[in-house]
Amino acid sequence: MSAKPKVAFYWCASCGGCEETVVDLNADVLKVVEAVDIVLWPVALDFKRKDIEAMADGEIAVSFINGAVRLSEQEEWVELLRKKSGLVVAFGSCAHLGGIPGLGNVTNREQIFERKYTTVPTIDNPGRTFPQEAVAVDGYELELPSFYDTVKTLDQTIDVDYYLPGCPPPSNLVWDAVIAILEGKLPDKGAVLAPNKALCDTCSRNETKPEEFIIHEFKRVATSTPDPEECFLAQGYICLGPATRSGCGERCINGNMPCRGCFGPSDGVVDQGAKVLSGIASILESTDAAEIEATLGEVVDPLGTFYRFSLPSSLLGRVRIGG
Amino acid sequence: MSEANRERSTDFEPRIIGFLCRWCAYPGADLAGSSRIKYPPNLVPIRVMCSGRVDPTFVIKALADGADGVLIAGCHPPADCHYQSGNIKAMRRYPLLMRTLEQFGIEKERVRLEWVSASEGAKFAQVVTEMTEAIRQLGPLGWGKDAVA
Repeated sequence: MSAKPKVAFYWCASCGGCEETVVDLNADVLKVVEAVDIVLWPVALDFKRKDIEAMADGEIAVSFINGAVRLSEQEEWVELLRKKSGLVVAFGSCAHLGGIPGLGNVTNREQIFERKYTTVPTIDNPGRTFPQEAVAVDGYELELPSFYDTVKTLDQTIDVDYYLPGCPPPSNLVWDAVIAILEGKLPDKGAVLAPNKALCDTCSRNETKPEEFIIHEFKRVATSTPDPEECFLAQGYICLGPATRSGCGERCINGNMPCRGCFGPSDGVVDQGAKVLSGIASILESTDAAEIEATLGEVVDPLGTFYRFSLPSSLLGRVRIGG
Repeated sequence: MSEANRERSTDFEPRIIGFLCRWCAYPGADLAGSSRIKYPPNLVPIRVMCSGRVDPTFVIKALADGADGVLIAGCHPPADCHYQSGNIKAMRRYPLLMRTLEQFGIEKERVRLEWVSASEGAKFAQVVTEMTEAIRQLGPLGWGKDAVA
């Protein structure tokens, strides 16, 4: 048993979808279990921090860590896992780019607490009780982790060896990564373990993409239904395909939803949001300044649309508050 | 922003990055110089082939890396662009970039798109003067320092 490589799974600020993708390996998960020893997997197995602390440095072959980092506890855990692991893989959009929890960077701790514990219609908190980091109860000192103002990606917290993109990463990419690790056939450190082409390149609707886009209005899936065959951008729906890495299996496209960008940018794109913004705006039809401004006004929440999964990893990283 | 207030009250000199197109705005800036028009020395010009080449990433990177403002300047629309439609591309990107930057908490005075022909040295000087003064009033952007809430 001890000859098998040790593998850890951990979760930070995440929804649990990444855990689901491991389960989605179905019968293949048994092959993984056959080949490795799982030493930590909070969603499924009962291991404690002290079990990991008791291990030698580098004893874990690889840690797959999903979720963004927003609590001191998460930071402590990933620092511990970094120390104990040969390889660390940022697993899924949140660890890779910040993901949906990363949109918390449009606000801060104070505003989130104010909303969550006082102004939400379903809360009744006249005494304005907020979570405290330390409290004494019956002579015991109880602690809660600190809640940071800014959500961080995994590689803004610890050194990361590889990235598995996606919300969640598709099982085939996970499987390929596990095999590559077991066989020692890994690319250079820092690689994203997915194809490097833009999604449009592999999109099933690529053939319906016009030679030149002509958009005179923006539509939303919230208020109208896209044609199930035609390129979303050609129809006027904002699709992040042009600036997003492929390899996702086009799950959204097949569900008649435009790409939302969970795979992040392909190599060479510095800021996914800025790149999408640039592309989307450029393909408007109008050459009249006022008309252009009016049409672009139809884009609801540009920051949330273009940086939906990548705000913490973007150049600006967060919103400036009280500037 | 206490540090910003302090800097504002003393000798804050805005650092402005100017992306100037090679055909109109850059020669316009050159003309301002050769005509000996005085304007603040706060703008660092970067010559690009076309305002259409200015990826919003450039603007965002400049701001993220410490610039207090960014000027994009190119040929007058609709027809002055050396590449026919590069300036129109810039014109289309700018409003969406501005709305996004506003959401990031960056004041609109910090990023400006202007059309400056090769004969408009005086206009170039005026734009730089206005921008410098507007940003001086706002204080430093100080991204990475003040931005972390």
